[in-house]
Amino acid sequence: MMATKRKKKTLTAGSTYYKQFNEEIRALVKEGVTDFTLNAVNGQRYIATALEGDLTFDIHGVPGQDLAAFMRGPYVRVRNNAQDGVGNTMDNGRIVIEGLAGDVIGYAMRGGEIFIKGDVGYRVGIHMKAYLDHQPKIVVGGKAGDFLGEYMAGGIILLLGMFSDKPDAPVAGRSLGTGMHGGVIYVRGEVPENQLGPGLHAQPVDSDDLKVIEGLVKDYARELKLDSKAIMGENFLKIRPFSHRPYGNLYVPC
Amino acid sequence: MLFQPINKNYHEFCIDRDKDLCINCQVCVRQCSYEAHFWDEARQKVMHDNSKCIGCHRCEALCPTAALNIRKKPSDFRTNSLWRPVFLQNIYKQADTGGVLLAGMGSPVDIPVYWDRMLLDASQVTNPSIDPLREPMELKTFLGAKPKRVEIVTGKDGKPSLKTKLTPQIELNYPMMFAAMSFGAINFNLHRAMARAATETGIVYNTGEGGLHKSLYKYGRNTIVQVASGRFGVHLDYLKAGAGIEIKVGQGAKPGIGGHLPGAKINAKVSETRMVPLGSDAISPAPHHDIYSIEDLLQLIYALKEASEYKVPVSVKIAAVHNVSAIASGIARAGADIIAIDGMRGGTGAAPAMIRDNVGIPIELALAQVDQRLRDEGIRNNVSIVASGGIRCSGDVIKAIALGADAVYLGTATLIAVGCTLCGRCYTGKCPWGIATNDTKLSKRQNPDIAAKKLANLIRAWGHEIEEMLGGMGLNSIESLRGNRDKLRGVGLSDTELDILGIKHAGR
Repeated sequence: MMATKRKKKTLTAGSTYYKQFNEEIRALVKEGVTDFTLNAVNGQRYIATALEGDLTFDIHGVPGQDLAAFMRGPYVRVRNNAQDGVGNTMDNGRIVIEGLAGDVIGYAMRGGEIFIKGDVGYRVGIHMKAYLDHQPKIVVGGKAGDFLGEYMAGGIILLLGMFSDKPDAPVAGRSLGTGMHGGVIYVRGEVPENQLGPGLHAQPVDSDDLKVIEGLVKDYARELKLDSKAIMGENFLKIRPFSHRPYGNLYVPC
Repeated sequence: MLFQPINKNYHEFCIDRDKDLCINCQVCVRQCSYEAHFWDEARQKVMHDNSKCIGCHRCEALCPTAALNIRKKPSDFRTNSLWRPVFLQNIYKQADTGGVLLAGMGSPVDIPVYWDRMLLDASQVTNPSIDPLREPMELKTFLGAKPKRVEIVTGKDGKPSLKTKLTPQIELNYPMMFAAMSFGAINFNLHRAMARAATETGIVYNTGEGGLHKSLYKYGRNTIVQVASGRFGVHLDYLKAGAGIEIKVGQGAKPGIGGHLPGAKINAKVSETRMVPLGSDAISPAPHHDIYSIEDLLQLIYALKEASEYKVPVSVKIAAVHNVSAIASGIARAGADIIAIDGMRGGTGAAPAMIRDNVGIPIELALAQVDQRLRDEGIRNNVSIVASGGIRCSGDVIKAIALGADAVYLGTATLIAVGCTLCGRCYTGKCPWGIATNDTKLSKRQNPDIAAKKLANLIRAWGHEIEEMLGGMGLNSIESLRGNRDKLRGVGLSDTELDILGIKHAGR
């Protein structure tokens, strides 16, 4: 991983418009800078979007919409909260968010990991998909809004419900996993059955599942300085699609 | 035959086999992917099952002795202009299966075709017509945002140069493009043919939402890569591969709904290109779930511009619906460089029949309204307009341009050029003409060299015709016709229709 020669650079975002800020980052990447520390980030959009390779971004402040969209490879750490669209259609790499994140996280992502310590908004992990060795993973430490994993076509979502600011909310909102036709959603503790999408049921995990969960939790806990034993100290349930072709029998030729 | 289900009797086509001409060679048996023809072991001859015939005419075309004719089955129903046979047949099918009616290709319903009600002008006496065979004629078209004005500075050497910084453009030799038809919906041979024909004629083709196979990246300058809600095969190489990026929001044949590429059509190459597992359905959600507003659309447009480093224009494709002009205004303000509008007669590989036949509006009305609205708001130069959805000939193309389009997409016409007979069963994956199928044997029926040649021929032929019509109007550049509605007149149209189209009645 660290084979390339490292070159560090610290930038201050301040009130720089996102277009200039990202242009500067792209130019520095071309010059060989590999490790970025971005200070005073104030909602600048598209940071690390469509960047490729062995790069790191240490982000102080709140990055704007579509952080790391289409990203392939870099490591992004956000020391605060993130907004909507994190990891949109991302290919590979890792994003660690030490706070909470907004809506539409990991939309259609195909690979890499997104680790969020706190809560996430609506429509997270919609249409995640797996292909060969690409296995996207999202771990949410808090609770999720409606439509988590809708249309999910592959990959893993792990929902812990532990580090939440919403004590009264269910662990996931309504239409959980609705229309999923691939992948798996693991939930720590109980799954509110009435929140599940049509045709879906929560099932107990088996030893293979537990191995996957354990591996993922270990990574997650290390990245966010949490106790993996405490996270594992509770039952998990899984939600899987009932078919790879959920709408295969819907039609008649006219 | 007595105890068959009712829909077995009321099928659409009959196979006429001339017994004297038939030599029992079984070509029809091998050609028919729906198994309408079969070898009868007991009778030792070729037989057929009329109820399986879908009317593709493949057997008729390949029968070496011309023994076959496919006819519409003469209807046994009593004539009834309300309960036409199609409604009865569909009800029988749905009563049997409980299924949603699925259809392929553009809508066959009888709604007004305004192309046929508009006529072009020509010069007589007062301004000379131009003969394109001997005089220069410009069809070159640039798609992308245009500046409000250009600033020119004169250098020290006295030569002028452009000071205004232009935004990226797609350059077309003809105001036509091959429309978005995904690899998966149609097969690789045809994608290769479209890529080659586009390169040869200096136009572009659109990948559709199924990604771009690695071997076609070399045709990138003549490719628009599409990003739809399923994001199949969308990654940063793909986004940088084309001359433009198109966000597919809607499709004329199925406004407001997504798509399901059936798992049966997903073979190894399709799976590799879309980056989805073999055999699983590829489901495109109805909306992009990251676009719930114009502001969200702006966000995706600029995400794509960031990803492609502002080097290519971004197009947004929508279906023509009731408030299309207000939507188009929002799209223009969200930063799109091109707006593609697909009318309700646009083609599809699969759409619920009720949606295809009942939702949306004709492209002619939508186009005229969008062009007018953007002009009224003073933002027409911010975007190019591409029209599509049932453009059948160069006459339709030139009328679209006079109504305000910068260029058109050709989808159904592209498929017809390589042999499609509009049998409308694209979603079965059994296309007997080797078009809407990924079956290895069937797709071999399309030779990419021959298909590329036919597509290039079509573009050149229509190009010549457009030049002739332009010359006849005394114009020597397609630019002079763009939005020039004075060159159009309506026939048999109401005042409201004329008003919407922004044209006068013939005779005025």
